[in-house]
Amino acid sequence: MQPLLLLIVIAGLMGFGYYFGRSRSVSMAEGFGGSNRLHSLPAYYGFYAALWAGLPALALLVLWMFFQDTIITWLVIGSLPADLQDLPAERLNLLVNDIKNLATGNIVSSEITAPIQAAADRYNQLREVARTSIWTLAISLALISLVIARSRISPQLRARNYVEKTVINVLVIFSTIAILTTLGVVLSVFYESLLFFRKVPVSEFLLGTEWSPQIALRADQVGASGSFGSIPLFTGTLLVSAIAMVVAVPIGLMSAIYLSEYAGPRFRAVSKPLLEILAGIPTVVYGFFAALTMAPFIRSLGESFGLEVASESALAAGLVMGVMIIPFVSSLSDDVINAVPQSLREGSYALGATHSETVKKVVFRAALPGIVGGILLAVSRAIGETMIVVMAAGLSANLTANPLESVTTVTVQIVTLLTGDQEFDSAKTLAAFALGLSLFVITLILNVIALHTVRKYREQYD
Amino acid sequence: MTSVSTVIDSENRDEIAPVSAGDRDGPQDGFKETVGDIYHPRPRLTCRNVDVCYDNGAAHAIRNVSLDIGEMEVLAMIGPSGCGKSTFLRCLNRMNDTIDGCEVTGSIRLDGEEIYSKDLDVVPLRARVGMVFQKPNPFPKSIYENVAYGPRIHGLAANKAELDEVVESSLKRAALWGEVCDRLHQPGTGLSGGQQQRLCIARAIAVSPEVILMDEPCSALDPIATAKVEELIDELRKRYTIVIVTHSMQQAARVSQRTAYFHLGNLVEMDETDRIFTDPQHQLTEDYITGRFG
Repeated sequence: MQPLLLLIVIAGLMGFGYYFGRSRSVSMAEGFGGSNRLHSLPAYYGFYAALWAGLPALALLVLWMFFQDTIITWLVIGSLPADLQDLPAERLNLLVNDIKNLATGNIVSSEITAPIQAAADRYNQLREVARTSIWTLAISLALISLVIARSRISPQLRARNYVEKTVINVLVIFSTIAILTTLGVVLSVFYESLLFFRKVPVSEFLLGTEWSPQIALRADQVGASGSFGSIPLFTGTLLVSAIAMVVAVPIGLMSAIYLSEYAGPRFRAVSKPLLEILAGIPTVVYGFFAALTMAPFIRSLGESFGLEVASESALAAGLVMGVMIIPFVSSLSDDVINAVPQSLREGSYALGATHSETVKKVVFRAALPGIVGGILLAVSRAIGETMIVVMAAGLSANLTANPLESVTTVTVQIVTLLTGDQEFDSAKTLAAFALGLSLFVITLILNVIALHTVRKYREQYD
Repeated sequence: MTSVSTVIDSENRDEIAPVSAGDRDGPQDGFKETVGDIYHPRPRLTCRNVDVCYDNGAAHAIRNVSLDIGEMEVLAMIGPSGCGKSTFLRCLNRMNDTIDGCEVTGSIRLDGEEIYSKDLDVVPLRARVGMVFQKPNPFPKSIYENVAYGPRIHGLAANKAELDEVVESSLKRAALWGEVCDRLHQPGTGLSGGQQQRLCIARAIAVSPEVILMDEPCSALDPIATAKVEELIDELRKRYTIVIVTHSMQQAARVSQRTAYFHLGNLVEMDETDRIFTDPQHQLTEDYITGRFG
């Protein structure tokens, strides 16, 4: 609440700065013979002053919010009695947590002693000081910068250049944040995977054919050896994704060709949104559709042919996942087919080709790289899909190619490894990160290939 | 095919003289009726009272145009932008069928056969009446495959050797063979603009059409490439009937034997090319040719 209010005040100051800078430049220009003597349009002088008013104060606010807690904690620890300060790092952390909880009125785990009470009071007091000082500092910084901006505004000032350069820098900062976030996620997964590979050799993880991630809690526990061969998981993922693609690619592609080449405008106007509704259904809904409707249906169908079908079969999950991916394939292919220039179609018609010859030999051919790219994107979507397989594919890690049996996938195992009460340093939980990393690498490779093919296609007509 | 001719015979269209536009729509911009000579002693295509409307009748693009296109001649169609000459050209191989809401009425006959008859299949028609477009549009295939496309779909070559021969002779006739013979299997899109356009011409003549329609074939080309295409047109005239739409009056004067001048959807004047450019009969034609507008 507090920083928000301060943000509003700074925004108000920026608004004032805009108005102020603009009117100042106009009034200065009058002394030189009209606003056409200014280097930039008056609005740029306004933005110039507004940026001066806002940016330093905002930067200060951001830095403050980053470091406030660290510094206060550090100060509080410094004020603790010496015997408490000498505690080992983990105990000290717990203590600091207690102090913070006490200060904010939460439940405290240990008993409240006098030094802790004192530290909590000090913590609250320091926060109060910090709050007042950030207000004073930020607002005075904004005002000082405004005064600087005022002294700088003159008809010769290249306000437009400054403003544009600043805007570019702001854009760079935001894109860096996006990239750094991704990098952070990858690095943290990578780090945890390294911990896992310290406990389990890479060769076992990549080449082992048995997956049973149980670690013995006691030495005498039965049947809890723990084996981390990921091959059954990846074959399970491949099996389910393959079934999904077998459903999605033909249906999606054919419907895209029909919609973009043959359907009348009225039919297209109705059916395209309908197809895209499929993409809007939450995957959890697909999940229970697969588990409660599709799987029993397939089982009873299989039984009527004398086949034994597991109640959680790869087939059920794959079919439903395929339905989920149909709009993905069809709308991407539809876009690519529509992007094929009309002149190519006319060129083909003018040679006496029929509509279907044109579609098969010219349009499809021209759109093929884009379609392949779209399909690869759909594959990486299928591999990463979690909810449907969690609900419909089962948990047992069977190494099988039979779609009627129950299989498990990488994503399902990640979910089961990380849900529930777990210690976070056992091979069992760390395995989730290793699986996540390999999944990430696979989808990354697929996406790179897909984007590359799509881009190669684009170059042909632009 | 026989049913087509009976329909036409029963209507006895040959006897119907062209109706003048002035009688129907009133004069437009000084136009009353076509002047000059629309007839040819040996016509391949005969067009009578052709009207074209776009957007289901909202826009009237061609009004009551009648003309003959003769055997082994180059007919140039000139006129200011939006005068309907491209629209008219696209009527001749029913290319306008691909445009929604476009309606063509009147009679167009190829060798006496009504091409807008319900019984006529457009696919063989378009094989007989080829077309080259304003912007070169090679398919995203190799040079060889571009030329072989037409013969393949029409089954004109029995085996690979014959197909090779068709491709080679078409490229030779399009004056492109020498430039591409050592890279036939590279993409056609990698050629220069002028080469692409000659590739499109080679592609069109590979199916042995009888008539070739050219819609401003040189508008995207530089003068050297233009000169090559013009030479080519002159060469092709020995075997084909050619209709060319052009914005360049010099080009019309260089390549054509007869010229048709279109204005606001009307055929204003049509005559021997020499006559149109030296002694235009209609004021509109004279204004256009002398550069007073357009």
